[in-house]
Amino acid sequence: MNGDGIGASPERVGGLARVTGRQVYVADVHLDDVLHARLVGVPCARARIVSVDASAALAVPGVRLVLTAADLPQPIPRFGPQFQDRPVLAVGEAKYHGEPVAAIAAETPDAAEAAAALVRIEYEELPAVVSISAALDPAAPLVQDPSLRDGDPLAATNVLRLHRYGWGDVDAATADVVVEGTYTFPMVTQFAIEPHGFMAAPDGDGIAIWSAIQHPSWLQRVIAGLLDLPLAKVRVFSPDPGGGFGGKQHAKYEPLVAFMALRAGRPVRLVLSLEETFQAVRRGASEIRVRSGFRHDGTLAFRDIEANYLIGAYADIADRTVAKGSYTANGPYVVPAARTVARSVLSHTTPSTAFRGFGNPQQIWAVESNMDEAAHALGIDPTELRLRNLAHRGDAFIPGDTPADGEWRTVVERAAEMIGWGSPLPPGRGRGLAVGLKSGPTTGLSYSTVRLLADGSVVVNAGTSDMGQGARTIFAQIAAQELGAPIEWVSVVMGDTAVVPYDQQTSASRSSVLMGNSILNACREIQAKLRAMAARAEGIDPSEIVVDRGEVRIGARVLPIRDVLIRGLGRLGGELIGIGEMRKEAEPEHPLGGTAAFFEFNCTAVEVDVDRETGDVVIARHVTVSDVGRALNPMQVRGQDEGAAVMGLGHTLMEQYIYDDAGRIRNLGAIDYRIPTSMDLPLLMESDIVENEDGPGPYGSKGMSEGALLCVAPAVAAAVREATGVVIRDLPLTPERVWRAIQDTAARPEAAARPDAEPGPRAAPG
Amino acid sequence: MTTSWPIALTVNGRSRTLEVLAHHTLLEVLRADLALTGTKECCLVGECGACTVLVDGESVDSCLMLAVEADGAAVTTVEGLADGDRLRPLQRSFLASGAAQCGFCIPGQLVSAEALLALTPHPTKAEVEEGLAGNLCRCAGYEQIIEAVLAAAAAELPT
Repeated sequence: MNGDGIGASPERVGGLARVTGRQVYVADVHLDDVLHARLVGVPCARARIVSVDASAALAVPGVRLVLTAADLPQPIPRFGPQFQDRPVLAVGEAKYHGEPVAAIAAETPDAAEAAAALVRIEYEELPAVVSISAALDPAAPLVQDPSLRDGDPLAATNVLRLHRYGWGDVDAATADVVVEGTYTFPMVTQFAIEPHGFMAAPDGDGIAIWSAIQHPSWLQRVIAGLLDLPLAKVRVFSPDPGGGFGGKQHAKYEPLVAFMALRAGRPVRLVLSLEETFQAVRRGASEIRVRSGFRHDGTLAFRDIEANYLIGAYADIADRTVAKGSYTANGPYVVPAARTVARSVLSHTTPSTAFRGFGNPQQIWAVESNMDEAAHALGIDPTELRLRNLAHRGDAFIPGDTPADGEWRTVVERAAEMIGWGSPLPPGRGRGLAVGLKSGPTTGLSYSTVRLLADGSVVVNAGTSDMGQGARTIFAQIAAQELGAPIEWVSVVMGDTAVVPYDQQTSASRSSVLMGNSILNACREIQAKLRAMAARAEGIDPSEIVVDRGEVRIGARVLPIRDVLIRGLGRLGGELIGIGEMRKEAEPEHPLGGTAAFFEFNCTAVEVDVDRETGDVVIARHVTVSDVGRALNPMQVRGQDEGAAVMGLGHTLMEQYIYDDAGRIRNLGAIDYRIPTSMDLPLLMESDIVENEDGPGPYGSKGMSEGALLCVAPAVAAAVREATGVVIRDLPLTPERVWRAIQDTAARPEAAARPDAEPGPRAAPG
Repeated sequence: MTTSWPIALTVNGRSRTLEVLAHHTLLEVLRADLALTGTKECCLVGECGACTVLVDGESVDSCLMLAVEADGAAVTTVEGLADGDRLRPLQRSFLASGAAQCGFCIPGQLVSAEALLALTPHPTKAEVEEGLAGNLCRCAGYEQIIEAVLAAAAAELPT
């Protein structure tokens, strides 16, 4: 056992490269003879493509290729993780602002840029739908070609899928008080500081792809399918992403650069501008109506939710975010009857995709805001109302799913204590508290190999993507702990499908649990081999030998693993290899295809200061407490929790896409779309964790990294209400919105007491 | 547009003479012509700070400076902070504080912090927040970045 094992906070593995500029991100990869690509689109949301004339572009010196849909195999190859609806290039109709209609490859970026301006696209602008109400209008144009949805009864609508979840009989439920409201959440973008980069190159009789993707193995499958190649002929390099946040899940332009590279016979490189990333990835917007019924004592009687999520022009993984966020929409509460109806609504906008929280922040904004309004309507303290309804460990709070897997009330109590819940506040200040719950992965498969080399150093091969969460460090800590190597003696190899075994993906805060267990299993296999090795050397039975945490114990003797290894390997040297596997099997009968591997649970409490003259909200204190099971690396846990908290403040206070009538994003880029800077931080940030070693991951850990983002918005809105008396149900809480709400309330005092509470008893309408 | 200009500058202590296109930024020249890829490219409009370098000791968004404007200047990039394997105090404190998560913004954060500490060797927390306001971090590891800068300043370690 050494000081860098589990529960310690050694320096980040890969940290040295990150502070010296030596870390190689995808855009830093140099390929000889590379061609530089540029995308060409049309300046509106939706257009019929009449013709593409590339002659002037091809005449630009250095231009080698102008690819259009006509140059691709027919019918055009399509891809997508859930529905294969996305064409490699727009075909017939462009469906969102920024969708590529053609792509240039040239010897220099300058030539590619010059040529992009010379591609003449003749197009007819068509009416576009960019809002939920417009998309659901029966007269709305269809976003998706119904022929792609053969046999789907919703094919003639813009509803991609309709989900129904719940239990009990909501229609028969009665309540003393019913509180209802509609809550909206805007389109926001992942805004990784590293814009997406994609490269492809012919590689012998196959192809090599470079992408900062969160799942190299899955991308390998997608490319192999599109190019009709065996998996073994597709090599995916996935350098550590410079931030992913879900936006680097699922293929975007990798298929395009693959076709370009094969056509050109040379490597092709496409690095998106930040503006283009806005047109490539975003979070789904939502409009969610919540009706909650309560007994006078605050006990939940029923919950009825209708959610519409505005997804983009192609499905990507958006519908899955709708499903997963909506399935747990009731949150961590025990309620006898619950019903959620959720639609993923297609529109002529940037395809929405995974984004930290994965469909949950939208539901949590709605339901937790509704809980706060209910507390006011019931005259019960908002924290007390939550504690009164919170599931206890072991409660089947979602019938048929994993029971509550933590003592969540201790998390709430800790946060309330830290923020000083209930203590007096100066005028203009307010406090708010909310909770967030998210289901972890529902299926998963993570292989790893661990090699104990002849000198006792260790190589771990894992297909996880380290995008800042610190997976390399966690894996190195596990291997160091189990195999007795100093952490500096552990190398963690990732990001090359020719070297690293299959991993499903880096998502849903899974890697410490699933890949962590896989690596732990591989280490245990090596420990078994060490036992056999020592037994041979000692001439005793392996059962008399214990290998634990880096030591070999034979009776009273304790030997370092390294000594047994060197002796056992003998003159030829060699190494011991362990293969790890961790599965979370699918459960086909489950509404999500599988129960939760674990739940992430967080409680956020804030204290805000609102300037009534300007509407400016200052977060005076921000308390975030997460149930992490066991902190494998407390410094990294803190970084993830506080980072998630501040990212949550982004969609709470400032971030949103603004569309014009033509369906173009008006605030593309860093000047007009603001994310939190060092000047936007809470005046005091306090994070804490609850550790009961009750998770399914190594040493009792649970997944974390998303939890602290989930309920930031409702906590802040509740605090703003307490500070101002104003209820706001739309995000973000910009100064303008807060100021207008204050003015409106001043003009109409009755609006301040507007929790839409109705006296009961009352049956819910059908 | 394609006119080349000869420039001479010092990059991380090394004299370089090269021909650059008149419209190419210092960022493009550092990354593409000099293969110094530690300086990062993100917003290209001077808002994110990922491309921050020191030009004659002042922090500059290298995406907003033409390479020809750097003719005759001394440029320091993140690669030039450490002396071989001897890290700068800021680099060491960034590691110790866990300030680097995905790491993509860190070259810019470090260079901005160097510029800040050169002017204000013992900044307050508010001064650090203001000094780094032009450097976005989407991991939002700001708390640990700020702590790292304050720790480096407090340690007064020999450079």
